[in-house]
Amino acid sequence: MSEVPVPHEAPPPASLLRQAFANRSFLTGFVITALIAAMALASFVWTPFDITHLIVADRMKAPSWQHPFGTDHFGRDILSMIMIGSRNSIAVAVVAVGIGMAVGVPLGCWAAARGGWVDEALMRFNDVVFAFPALLSAVMITAIFGPGAVNAIVAIGIFNVPVFARVARAGALSLWPREYVLAARAAGKGKVLITLEHILPNIASMLLVQGTIQFALGILAEAGLSYLGLGAQPPMPSWGRMLFDAQTRMMVAPYQAIFPGLAIVVTVLGLNLLGDGLRDVLDPRLRRER
Amino acid sequence: MSLLEIEKLTVSIGRTPILKGVDLSIEEGEVLGLVGESGSGKSMTALTVMRLLPHAMRAAGRVTFDGIDILAAPEAAMNRLRGDDIGMVFQEPMTALNPVKTIGEQVAEGIRWHTGASRAEAEETARKILDRVGLPAQKFPLSRFPHELSGGQRQRVVIAIACALKPKLLIADEPTTALDVVLQAQILDLLRDLVDERRMGLLLISHDLAVVADMADRITVMRHGEVMETGETGRTLTEQAHPYTRQLARASTHVPARAGPPAPETGKTPLLEVASVVKDYAGRRASLFARPAPFRAVDDVSFALGEGQSVALVGRSGCGKSTLARMILALDRPTGGAIRLDGIEVNALAEAALKPSRRKMQVVFQDPYGSFDPRHKVERLVAEPLHLMEKQPSAAERRDMVAAALAEVGLAPKDMDKYPHEFSGGQRQRISIARAIITRPKLVVADEPVSALDVSIRAQILDLFADLNGRLGVAYLFITHDLTVARAITDQVMVMHDGRIVERGRTAEVLDNPQSDAAKALVEAAPDLSRALARRLAGRE
Repeated sequence: MSEVPVPHEAPPPASLLRQAFANRSFLTGFVITALIAAMALASFVWTPFDITHLIVADRMKAPSWQHPFGTDHFGRDILSMIMIGSRNSIAVAVVAVGIGMAVGVPLGCWAAARGGWVDEALMRFNDVVFAFPALLSAVMITAIFGPGAVNAIVAIGIFNVPVFARVARAGALSLWPREYVLAARAAGKGKVLITLEHILPNIASMLLVQGTIQFALGILAEAGLSYLGLGAQPPMPSWGRMLFDAQTRMMVAPYQAIFPGLAIVVTVLGLNLLGDGLRDVLDPRLRRER
Repeated sequence: MSLLEIEKLTVSIGRTPILKGVDLSIEEGEVLGLVGESGSGKSMTALTVMRLLPHAMRAAGRVTFDGIDILAAPEAAMNRLRGDDIGMVFQEPMTALNPVKTIGEQVAEGIRWHTGASRAEAEETARKILDRVGLPAQKFPLSRFPHELSGGQRQRVVIAIACALKPKLLIADEPTTALDVVLQAQILDLLRDLVDERRMGLLLISHDLAVVADMADRITVMRHGEVMETGETGRTLTEQAHPYTRQLARASTHVPARAGPPAPETGKTPLLEVASVVKDYAGRRASLFARPAPFRAVDDVSFALGEGQSVALVGRSGCGKSTLARMILALDRPTGGAIRLDGIEVNALAEAALKPSRRKMQVVFQDPYGSFDPRHKVERLVAEPLHLMEKQPSAAERRDMVAAALAEVGLAPKDMDKYPHEFSGGQRQRISIARAIITRPKLVVADEPVSALDVSIRAQILDLFADLNGRLGVAYLFITHDLTVARAITDQVMVMHDGRIVERGRTAEVLDNPQSDAAKALVEAAPDLSRALARRLAGRE
């Protein structure tokens, strides 16, 4: 009776933000992600050079003050290409995570609320989707429906669905027997309403953390697909495509591969740190152990 | 020289003091009861003796155990002491055991670590001590896992771990609070026997004066980190010289003033009628293809409850009382039988058609921490049942209704803009009651509504229940294993055992003169302050 541990307190939002920025991995991840996002946004209004304009005289230039990241074999500025390519990477990842959440979360919540054979059938179907290696199947899908940014998005999105379905279902299942959910049922609220009012807000933090991790995986997957020529098509630059173009000239112009590669690594690292930090901040159990 | 001596112990986090100059001592073979309400510093005192205080806490003062200065001892010396000369029993047997290790391993672990015994020797000792605490190896082999045992059996394992190496001092922090009264009596008996047999010192921490009155030779009463009173149990509790001791004793035997029970109406349909209700759960499969034998949680239960009546449903944990409550609340459907509320058979209705019936019944749960969505404000939480109204109130009407409900339970209207974690346990239980009465229901089902509360808070909440019963004419179905609660607040009582109602009648009659075995066991095991004191005084003369 004495000293009952207080489960799952929601701290006031102001202190949550302060805590978040006191968390080192969250802060680092946040800064990196914000920089990448700013870079993508900036590319809409300004890039150092116009990448549709090929200047053959400037081809294969090593990094210099004029071209900090050098130029490629068509004389395009690599920094500008990375900036524009980030648009593509982020857009693909955002939409793919969006598809995963929009389909997966309702499915997971439905499975948890309905239970019985619906739950069983949905989750076994989930297992089947899970059983395919995501990138390989994405390659298959884009190979069948033709390469392109849209097909890449759909292919990556499909494999995000079971991830979110599982996380949502697990979270929802642990909430359904709670007394406040019982009280809501005694107040005559239906399953849909309870899911919207009580379940979703309480699993939102878990989904958010999973979201940042899937986002990083999405960027990787997009890079992989466009490396194979199955993602965004030229002249639209993309990080994976740039890597592919650079690999034959690795010996002569390593900077052509290094900078897009770094862009991928830094973005994924930033997002993973952000996800890690978010989990630490949002999960009260981990927070207390610190 | 006492076995354990604590002098002027202060513990603080930063500048906030937690303990302010605590003095206490325990002799060999003595039972010291440490009593106080939540936050009085009982557990912190115990943790200091084990040197297991949370990191940020600083302790000062003197703690001597068996000639060793505990506060100055190096960590390695403490490791040798813990579990060897000082054993500890925790409140929650569910979490005090490691779920992935067998009970044998867990008991033997400490023995091997402290004595360097071989696995076989340690297991032999483990077998002996488990046998001693009432888990003989023929029935409970060492290879059992904690989840295969009941709550009482798990607590026995915890005691076995604590006593395996014949400690000189045993610290038991609320060892029976998570158990029902019958198990509580068994565990207390076991502790008492072990103390007598081995001349251990026992520091028994409890919020329950009745438990301590029965067990302890001396008691120490704590409040806000200070010792209020220390003395021989019988004298301290009968004389009640200190005002706080008196307040605690009064609160634990508190009976709210109630108007007489309403005259039994004859001929009218009862408010709630439960007719031969049965609930089966799927049992465990014996093999993959065998059809699982169903487990009957509620077995042919029938009763009726009139308007404004207050009925207690008492029984041990696992007797099916909560399952019955869930079926009455239409949260679960019975396997057979009928439940009628105001003549309408609720168990046959679809969720949409249930609304008018749901409006007439609401629920108060046990756990004041778990019964609210931590992300909603009080206004939204209390207003939740308004969803059942035919005409949805406007935002302003809603606030008025919430304010009225909060006023009804003794909270201020401005409280509606706070989050639940800003309230204490007792206040949360008031919010829970406000939520239950906002639709002016005719029936409130309360599942152990006060068993998670301190005695003085419990007295206030019981008063509130009695008051609402008198003013609003709400009928109650009180589910409890605590007979003092049943006695304080109900007119009728039903005793449930293994899914059946084995005895029913007027509360005072049943509890004073129980007929069935189940009721007798409950009454006998229930801790009762006045009876414990009477026994104590009789024993001394």
